[in-house]
Amino acid sequence: MSGRSGTGTPPVAAGGTGRSGRASSPVWRVALGRVRAYMGRHQSLSIVIGLALFATALPFIVLLPPLNGFGTQKDFIGGFADAGVFVLLAIGLNVVVGFAGLLDLGYAAFFAIGAYTYAYGASPFSGLDIPFWPMLLVGAIVAAMFGVLLGAPTLRLRGDYLAIVTLGFGEIVPVVFLNADTYTNGTNGITGLAQPSAYGLFGVNGFGFTNPWPYFLTVVLIIAVAFIFLYRLQDSRIGRAWVAIREDELAAASMGINTVTTKLLAFSIGASTSGLAGVFYASKLSIVSPDQFGFTVSFTALAMVVLGGMGNIWGVAAGAFIVYEIQAQGLKQLGAFVQSLHIPTFALGPMSVDLGSINFINFQYLLYGLALVLMMLLRPEGLFPSRRRRSELHESPEEAAESNEELVQA
Amino acid sequence: MTADAAAPVLVAKGVTKQFGGLVAVNAVDFDIPQGSIVSLIGPNGAGKTTFFNVVAGLYEPTDGSVEFAGREMIARGRRAWAEPLVWVLPTVIVMLVGVLLEQLTKSGAELAVALVIALGLLITMFLLAIIRPPIYDRLLYRLGIFKSARPNDMVVAGLGRTFQNIRLFKTMTASENVMVGMHSRLHASPLDAALRLPRHRREEKEADIQARRWLAFVGLKGKEQETARNLAYGDQRRLEVARALASQPRLLLLDEPTAGMNPSETAQMTTLFGRIRTELGLTILLIEHDMQVVMGVSDRITVLDHGDKISEGTPEEVRRDPRVIEAYLGKGASA
Repeated sequence: MSGRSGTGTPPVAAGGTGRSGRASSPVWRVALGRVRAYMGRHQSLSIVIGLALFATALPFIVLLPPLNGFGTQKDFIGGFADAGVFVLLAIGLNVVVGFAGLLDLGYAAFFAIGAYTYAYGASPFSGLDIPFWPMLLVGAIVAAMFGVLLGAPTLRLRGDYLAIVTLGFGEIVPVVFLNADTYTNGTNGITGLAQPSAYGLFGVNGFGFTNPWPYFLTVVLIIAVAFIFLYRLQDSRIGRAWVAIREDELAAASMGINTVTTKLLAFSIGASTSGLAGVFYASKLSIVSPDQFGFTVSFTALAMVVLGGMGNIWGVAAGAFIVYEIQAQGLKQLGAFVQSLHIPTFALGPMSVDLGSINFINFQYLLYGLALVLMMLLRPEGLFPSRRRRSELHESPEEAAESNEELVQA
Repeated sequence: MTADAAAPVLVAKGVTKQFGGLVAVNAVDFDIPQGSIVSLIGPNGAGKTTFFNVVAGLYEPTDGSVEFAGREMIARGRRAWAEPLVWVLPTVIVMLVGVLLEQLTKSGAELAVALVIALGLLITMFLLAIIRPPIYDRLLYRLGIFKSARPNDMVVAGLGRTFQNIRLFKTMTASENVMVGMHSRLHASPLDAALRLPRHRREEKEADIQARRWLAFVGLKGKEQETARNLAYGDQRRLEVARALASQPRLLLLDEPTAGMNPSETAQMTTLFGRIRTELGLTILLIEHDMQVVMGVSDRITVLDHGDKISEGTPEEVRRDPRVIEAYLGKGASA
């Protein structure tokens, strides 16, 4: 404390601003506090309401200019359904990386396993035709089992070493799907996967390539369920054990936590969420092939978790949505926009530069890298950090002010 | 020898721990009678914390064993080479049965079924081996294979500890820290938690009340929602004690609990030790440098020097022991 007060700022001034800031808190801040408190007490309800509001608002937002110039409402809805897949991936990876602190770079493996599970369950290739809804559960369970199997050998590893081994697993799984072509149809992948059916319930019908609406609703539903489960787990003894392991594994073990089972549980729950995403993704595309599940998927999901704010489920989901939309729709529009400016081709020495023909989608990983570097420098805890992460990486100004105040009073 | 009549909670027999060529603890015999406060003292580097860590299941001893609550818990593994046999044995048996049936019926289907079952068994055994649930340890024990207990097994058996350099979960609140301490006494499964079944809700409510109780017990009432890292140093020490108590131990290991405290905080802490014994009926093993504390609260004192036990007895006996004076003050001081 003495170190802090000795940094040059007069403690009296700092204490004064802290006090006045709190005294004149505006009405909206009080209201927000009340809403927060209510949401804290009724978590599941607020998740459902929040997602429902979001899902209702999105289709209307895209009708507003300038967004309506970028594509039809249907295009957007299809894009949102794909974004939902990445939201699921990100909140699942968040369990492993954000809660338990295990850096997993091979997360796409479970996505692939979920997708191939659906391909075996409902395609002409296997001859089976199991409906989509039970397959969601099957995909989650199969992925969870593989989560345990692939997690088990990595348990003694930490940090960099864990990342390298999981990276290896992430590469092995698609390669197996690629090379075992008798069972997986190799590079061509498995095609003609059955599309889900809602049996005309609630008037929802006609899942199809030309009608993205049911997919959009389905993915929102899956996300809502995953959200509720993950929030509840976070607030249980398991969630506390995860955080304890992340902070100090040795102390956690000395407090009676079986670190092995707890870590395996994180792996399997993360994997099962990814499995759900895989089943949904496969049913939407109606085709699975090994090249859809490369390292870029693992990397993208991890970037979403880091950018969104590790450890905060809503933050990670928002991060995933934002990153996906920028990548899939934003960059394309940026390209179209630059093209529409008709910047004349100019000569730069021997080269002729044509800014209008830049394909921004080709630069997406460059932009990712740039965004990540900036993020790490400016806001290492992510866009929407959890309370824990923030307190780990920063001392908030209020806290500093408070401790100064204490000093003054003492 | 005041409390010899009571059955010992912990018996260490010839515990030795070597790190490479360094013998940190050398053939130490030690027992802690039920309900007593026993102290372990010695100059720096005497091997006190190493002994502690062996007892807590953190290090496997090079030699010797530790019996806790009447059961052998910690010793060097015996017949460890036989463990892989246990993993593959069920698989081999199933495969043999499969081959045999196939030979008898000549249909070929049995072999495929046996293969699947065998693979499942192999995976199950491997998972059991890394998770090490009590059933697996008991099975091994029955087969004559002994594996030293892990820290979490010792906690389940009834041992709580604090650390020399505070190791709280810094970003968690005080009450969450205590609830982590309760981990092994809570039983809600992930499914209970995900579906918020009554069992989980009841348990969480109970845990919250208990956490408040433990915090009040150590004198941290009103600081339940404070983040651990923001607590004052003395409060962090007390929170560590509360966290250890929350696992409902029979024996509490305290590693220099008053290090870095001022005299009044030390006095409060010493009072707390007394209350832990009288109100909770726990047994305490204490490592301490502050001689006033040690002489004041201990029933018995064991002195280590360079890994060897050089003296043992009541505070009075130890105080007069010339070897102890020599170890602390150097040769010549005892003369």
